[in-house]
Amino acid sequence: MRKGRIAIGGSIQEVVQQEDGVQLSDGRTYKEEEVTWLPPVEPQTTFVLGLNYADHASELAFEPPKEPLVFLKGPNTFIGHNAETKRPEEATHMHYECELAVVIGKQGKHIKQAEAYDYVEGYTIANDYAIRDYLENYYRPNLKVKNRDTCTPIGPWITSKEAIQDPMNLALRTKVNGVTTQEGTTKDMVFSIPFLIEYLSSFMTLQPDDVILTGTPKGLAKVNAGDIVEAEVEGLGTLKNTIIAKPE
Amino acid sequence: MNAKALIQGSSLTKNLDVQFTKNWDICDENGRVRDTEMNWEVPVTGTIYGVALNYRETLQAYESAFQEKPYNKPPEAPVLYIKPKNTWTPHQAPVYVPEDVSELQTGPALGVVLKQTATQVSPEDALDFVAGYTVVNDVHIPHESLHRPAIKEQARDRFCPIGPWVLNTSEISDPDHLQIKTYVNDQLVHEANTSSLVRSVRHLISDVTAFMSLGKGDVLMVGVPHGTPRVKSSDTVKVEIEKVGILENTIQPE
Repeated sequence: MRKGRIAIGGSIQEVVQQEDGVQLSDGRTYKEEEVTWLPPVEPQTTFVLGLNYADHASELAFEPPKEPLVFLKGPNTFIGHNAETKRPEEATHMHYECELAVVIGKQGKHIKQAEAYDYVEGYTIANDYAIRDYLENYYRPNLKVKNRDTCTPIGPWITSKEAIQDPMNLALRTKVNGVTTQEGTTKDMVFSIPFLIEYLSSFMTLQPDDVILTGTPKGLAKVNAGDIVEAEVEGLGTLKNTIIAKPE
Repeated sequence: MNAKALIQGSSLTKNLDVQFTKNWDICDENGRVRDTEMNWEVPVTGTIYGVALNYRETLQAYESAFQEKPYNKPPEAPVLYIKPKNTWTPHQAPVYVPEDVSELQTGPALGVVLKQTATQVSPEDALDFVAGYTVVNDVHIPHESLHRPAIKEQARDRFCPIGPWVLNTSEISDPDHLQIKTYVNDQLVHEANTSSLVRSVRHLISDVTAFMSLGKGDVLMVGVPHGTPRVKSSDTVKVEIEKVGILENTIQPE
């Protein structure tokens, strides 16, 4: 099953996917393009993995880390499907990052890898834009690079975990203006989903609607105002958004 | 002094206007101390952001390291981190020492609570976006390196005592001259003053909201002073910020 959150008719609604559209809890249906998409989850604590694909780490001239490199995001950065991401006009190195996002469904601490999926509600797609012009070597990647308003599109849906046979074997793809620029597979993660759930819950309690963005594979490319960026994860759909210019 | 507090009642959680005396006792409007037991709750709801390296003494201590790897040059933007919800803990609640460490470092900090969404705010207007001030103890596991995000050191459960209340902004005309005292087992062991901030409260709000919005109810901790005391199991820590409040927590084994 796929669930989403939309705005329609002046209110926020939880919807489920129907053939070619969405269905509200009162039975009304709309086409996907008729509604305003919101993030399908209101992310609570949001963990993001840096350098979690070996090919991406080498692309950035890093050794893959020996322990997960994890940073956190605030709520200001999230937007839904089909929305606009602001690109500062001065930026020269703004990159998309297509990622599998894991939505936690149950509170847990000291979770073992073997039980990790019991704590997962489902999966969605995130595009973790980075503006590398602002990188500094303090708590890197710093929030000025990674926690900007509108710079983390997420959605369109949460696909329930039952619908995904093996989340560690999903193709990822990013297209810019229809041209494929990034391809990879979740098989190549350095630290797997069960490993990350065990690791994070070994020192902190995970809660429902916490989200783990699991990192991006090789294939960075710059984006510019006017670009349409589509992030795809096999079995989860396509998360589309548009880059707009933001004067400083 | 007037403040907003969240207090757990027998049947419902109440968001109360409270008044307190010079000795931080809750009182009625005539100044008579109430002797009822309070079950304090965390008085904020948004995201709690911390700022590293915002005291001049800390910057000076790191001065030569900043020129070397992995830093290479001093920081330009505010160095931010997040204290996620699992870390929040109210006044008078315990903080647990994880099994894998022996000592925790205290983090006495002034917390600025936002009244409304603040985006690209000028220093002149910054205080208009503030609802009030609170006391935070940004507890962490001692660590030297600032190179990578330190969530394992900063984001353990209960590592962010905050409260007891949010002091109305009308009670404080100048947040940049507040004395901060830290007591361990009732001994005064550390003092600092927000006059030593590298970025004043106004400038910090301005420089942060230049690249990310702060929302209603969010908390911006303006910085942890240099050389804060370490504590271990069975210690009691009090952080007292002039005019704002006093936050007390016990340290206990996990």
